[in-house]
Amino acid sequence: MSVGHRVSSDHQLARLLQIGIVLEEVVEARSYHHYQSLDEGSELDAEIESLLEHAAAESAEHRERLEALVEELDAESIPFDEIEALVEAQYGKTEPEDFDDILYDQLCNEETAYKFYDDLVGALRASEATFGIDRDRLIDVLIEIREEEADGVEEVTKIMNKRQ
Amino acid sequence: MNTADQYVKAIYLLQQMENGPASTGALADRLDVSPASANEMIGKLESRGLAEHEKYKGVTLTDDGIVRARDALQTYCIIERFLANVLSVEEFRAEARELEPVIDDLVAERLDTIIDRNAECPDCFDPETDACCHLDVASEANVEAEEQRAD
Repeated sequence: MSVGHRVSSDHQLARLLQIGIVLEEVVEARSYHHYQSLDEGSELDAEIESLLEHAAAESAEHRERLEALVEELDAESIPFDEIEALVEAQYGKTEPEDFDDILYDQLCNEETAYKFYDDLVGALRASEATFGIDRDRLIDVLIEIREEEADGVEEVTKIMNKRQ
Repeated sequence: MNTADQYVKAIYLLQQMENGPASTGALADRLDVSPASANEMIGKLESRGLAEHEKYKGVTLTDDGIVRARDALQTYCIIERFLANVLSVEEFRAEARELEPVIDDLVAERLDTIIDRNAECPDCFDPETDACCHLDVASEANVEAEEQRAD
């Protein structure tokens, strides 16, 4: 076991990026489910609808960017269908009851993703290892994604405050 | 998971295995750190009220330390199960140990939304095999044996 926050090999880096991909897949699949549940509901909330639509699209885009990085590291990617099936299997157990639940879940998604990228950037900066990808470019991509997650947190918080 | 959490988790598991206080040497071995580093961190845990250290006997977690250790163990169990069941990683124990310092409990909680964990977690964790008892450690042992044969 190593104590400390460092990323020291391509293999470990690829695994962490794969975890990022899964997190994005979870966000994408859950946003899609929430979006569907809005569609089935009698009252549509345009603001939340647009938020979820945007969240799903953004996660798909983040996933593709992470997949491109994993590909450069010569590691296998994760099939979205499998993750979607797992989300589907678990979703029923935690299905949101109302708009507040949906917003709270979305906030958790965005906050978790932000924390993940922030920790990963910190661990990469603390590492002196050389990777199969240019470190500066890798960190730049992760910072860009992290900032989009920060914007997402802000956006959900704004809507939540307005609804109080 | 931060360094303090890794320590309290290791102490918790050693206490289970030794059925008493965890010795500093065993703790240093388990975490692959020097005894001096282990001692330094034990001092920090003591000052935070998470552990008590008795000379020549070893370190014991306080009630607050146990709560913290069980949370950390749950996070670790999520990482192991995620690697084994979602990413189909055969050497999930070795990889979980590598990833543990970089995966936060918030992230683990989200990964948990796609993992069907048992309600008794973290009591499902077996300190001897260093794995959740619902995971198949035999496949990992086979991989290690094959690697040794190849060497």
